[in-house]
Amino acid sequence: MRRQVPLIITLIVGAVLIIAAFIPHHPFGRLGENFSLYFDIIAVFAFLLGGGNLVRIHGARFLRGVRTSVQEAKKGGGFWPLKFLVEFPFFAFGGLEDKRGRDWFFSLITLAGFFAMLYAGLFKIGNPDGWQGNVTQPGGLFQEFYQSMFNPLQATMYALLAFFVASASYRAFRAKTLEATILLATAFIILLGRTPAGTYATDWLPSWLDFFHIPNLANWIMAVPNLAGQRAIMIGISLGVIAMSLRVILGVERTYLGADEK
Amino acid sequence: MNRADRLSSLLVALSPAILILALFPAFAIPQTTADTAAALVGPPQNVRVSDTKGDEGGSITVTWDLSPDDHGGADTATAIIGYEILRSESAAGPFQSVGFAPKGATRFADASTHDGVGYYYQVVASTAQGGAAAAPVGPVMSSAQWFNTNRTNVLVIGLLLSGSIIYYIASARRGKKLFIRRIAGLEAVQEAIGRATEMGRPILYIPGIQDMDDVQTVAGVTILGYVARTIAEYDTKIEVPTSRSIVMSTARETIKSAYIAAGRPDAYSDDAVHYVTDEQFGYVAAVDGIMVRDKPATCFYMGAFFAESLIMAETGNSIGAIQIAGTAMPAQLPFFVAACDYTLIGEELFAASAYLSNEPKQLGSLKGQDVGKSIAMLAIASGVILLTLHQVTRVEWFLRAGNWVKDLFLLN
Amino acid sequence: MANGERPTFLERVQAIDRRIIFLFVALAVSLPLVFHVIFPEKISPIVSSMFDRIESLPEGSRVLISFDYSPSTVPEVQPMVDAVVRHCAARKQKLYLMALWATGQNITDETIHRVIEKEFPEYRYGEDYLNLGYKSGNQGLINVILTDMKKMYTTDVHGTAIDSIPMMAQIRNLRNFDIIFTFGGGFPGTKEWVLFAGDPGKIPVASGVTAVQAPLLYPYYPSQLLGLMGGIKGAAEYEYELIRRYPRFANVAHPGIDMMGPQAVAHLVIMLFIVIGNIAYFAGRRREAKRQGTP
Repeated sequence: MRRQVPLIITLIVGAVLIIAAFIPHHPFGRLGENFSLYFDIIAVFAFLLGGGNLVRIHGARFLRGVRTSVQEAKKGGGFWPLKFLVEFPFFAFGGLEDKRGRDWFFSLITLAGFFAMLYAGLFKIGNPDGWQGNVTQPGGLFQEFYQSMFNPLQATMYALLAFFVASASYRAFRAKTLEATILLATAFIILLGRTPAGTYATDWLPSWLDFFHIPNLANWIMAVPNLAGQRAIMIGISLGVIAMSLRVILGVERTYLGADEK
Repeated sequence: MNRADRLSSLLVALSPAILILALFPAFAIPQTTADTAAALVGPPQNVRVSDTKGDEGGSITVTWDLSPDDHGGADTATAIIGYEILRSESAAGPFQSVGFAPKGATRFADASTHDGVGYYYQVVASTAQGGAAAAPVGPVMSSAQWFNTNRTNVLVIGLLLSGSIIYYIASARRGKKLFIRRIAGLEAVQEAIGRATEMGRPILYIPGIQDMDDVQTVAGVTILGYVARTIAEYDTKIEVPTSRSIVMSTARETIKSAYIAAGRPDAYSDDAVHYVTDEQFGYVAAVDGIMVRDKPATCFYMGAFFAESLIMAETGNSIGAIQIAGTAMPAQLPFFVAACDYTLIGEELFAASAYLSNEPKQLGSLKGQDVGKSIAMLAIASGVILLTLHQVTRVEWFLRAGNWVKDLFLLN
Repeated sequence: MANGERPTFLERVQAIDRRIIFLFVALAVSLPLVFHVIFPEKISPIVSSMFDRIESLPEGSRVLISFDYSPSTVPEVQPMVDAVVRHCAARKQKLYLMALWATGQNITDETIHRVIEKEFPEYRYGEDYLNLGYKSGNQGLINVILTDMKKMYTTDVHGTAIDSIPMMAQIRNLRNFDIIFTFGGGFPGTKEWVLFAGDPGKIPVASGVTAVQAPLLYPYYPSQLLGLMGGIKGAAEYEYELIRRYPRFANVAHPGIDMMGPQAVAHLVIMLFIVIGNIAYFAGRRREAKRQGTP
């Protein structure tokens, strides 16, 4: 029974939504968007679940870490608070044997960040218009946190890509086979074509060889072979999505609901 | 500044006002401008109005043939800027503007109508010096339809695809043997789990960063189910950080069931799956932290990924983990291919659960997919051949046939 | 490392510590910024098609701009947004700003302060530009506002009732816009705008995305996507064209053009490393072959 109810709901909702895609008349026309709004509402409530889990896991790790650290400090006698303070970096950052309490200081930072942001946003601390205003108004604490911490942290993480692209391409682009060599050559043309270097490199070409001008070549690669490949992958993916969705709607695929009855 | 300069800057400053003054009569009293501007440009021809097909009402489509002067250069004062669409509830007016279509356009959908009210429309070819209006047409009423005829082709193709998938599922169920090609990435799953077991290190499983309403996440969680079954047998540790609460709950349920199925419910702990944050880069920072600290022997990335794909996969590579990725995000595939040992490309991700389960029912659905591919290949090949023949022979029929094939797959 | 010998130079180059690569990339990006290296650009057809569309729209046309990105991609996406906003404002078009991403609302505010309020003081809020703010719902939201804008937006971002805003008088749904611009690179983004608004509503959609996402969107151009700017390169092309046609913008910031220098040098450094890696790989393979030939 526990498995059948969700399967029946999936079947009915899936079938109705597919049919609704072909009926513009009220009430079917809006079914799809209404269901996606319902999903968002449920997801918002589920966020409590996630937030709760975050607090529980990191709270437990923090408490356990502090407890184990204090125990360690007490070992061998002496004035343990002093020992705790002196060896604080060891206790707080990965020194503990106990995995479940290790790195407890990071858990503390996570919790502090979570509650500070929640507090600033929920109570609209420092908002120029107080409770009435938008939480993102300039001047508010939430906005302050956002601008001075969230913004740079996000940009930093994204900026890592530039470095990782370099190291990944260093390893990946080896002319080991014919295919790899073609890939390598293509990568060079695109890399050059996206920069002024490409323009300078082949600017001297006569106009009847215009096609081989690197920026033109790069545009051609993007607009012809790349496009063909992307289309093929997209068609394959769409068919995969259809088959997967049908398996889910018909209840053939049910692993995501938990294991099979067998 | 000399006098000429001053005069020209005055003209530039006043030009918006001049423009508005020039256009004003076209909008307010088009009937009269039709006479004065008729000498400058020809009005649009053959104006037709009809209820917009396949919608839920509230829209009327106006179509027309281009004014004979539409092709004129853009710089002269008498060149056509575009077409103003005017509407009234009576043939005598007054007409009010409901929209503007750019030069070269022959169609406009007025989406601000009320169902059941009769409307008259007038199309004016606008120039900087005035407009040339076609005679009003109407009345026409908008209404809602019970079937979207624009999607007939989608319905037919959809039925064909779903029908063949269901047919092959049914025939597989009856015991028909099906051939499925080898997928290297999936063959390697067992080996990757075995390696983690031997090394006594955990396995990291990332089910993408999207919610359960993304099919890729469903595929990711499904594969997690199969991975968890093996892990339960080997008694290897698994860690699943998630970026969505609902995915967390679903993944827990899946892993728990896998442990129960493997006969080891006692070995399961809820802490294996935990929520991190919905925030993309916050999530990837946490996952990188887990990698660097716990040094998992194997990393799985199965689901929907964005820019974080390479950040995770490169970090995984730097700690020497075996990495198997699968995603239907074409933009992230190159990154996974470069940084991981195996990558499931697009549809392979969706095929994975069927492949791993080895259940005939599931494998049947893969066979059904091939019918879709055959249709796509046939359509592409015939379209290319027809259009090429048209280019070579200049026979009109080939072009028409080619366009007909194209329209089969077009959403109108 | 054959026979437990010390690794040769070539072997060490092949297994180079990635931090060395990181160091070179950091230098390649920062030095051109410091020395302000600038190259001329040429607009490509995929960018010029959207530029020309803005040029061809008459004064007062309604332009919807959706901010579908977060601070992470601001350095890459914002130059395109600024250029398009400037272009539309110079053409005296009406700007409707919105966000499908929660993080986009802040960026919208910031764009208004920095570009519209500073450079176009004659632009009046509610008459010439409007900030609709962020609404949740992703593609579902697009789907709703395709037929009914007021169902989702009852007020603007400041809480002013939509019906009292002059600019909204003629807007009933997305079809009333002359062009939709979406900026971003993730989900929801360009693809959703094309699938849920552009295609069904026959509304021209143009887009600016991160360089990584651009190849994915090429299949939509030109029939479903009016034009596409990919990454810094796209931004630089748009900025160049804007300055060429409107010389008064020559003195405003053009981060796209500025950042093409670092991008050019970084590309060259990456290519250099790939070449070195390949030389080391082939030399290593030849050595290996020789060693096996003479045991």
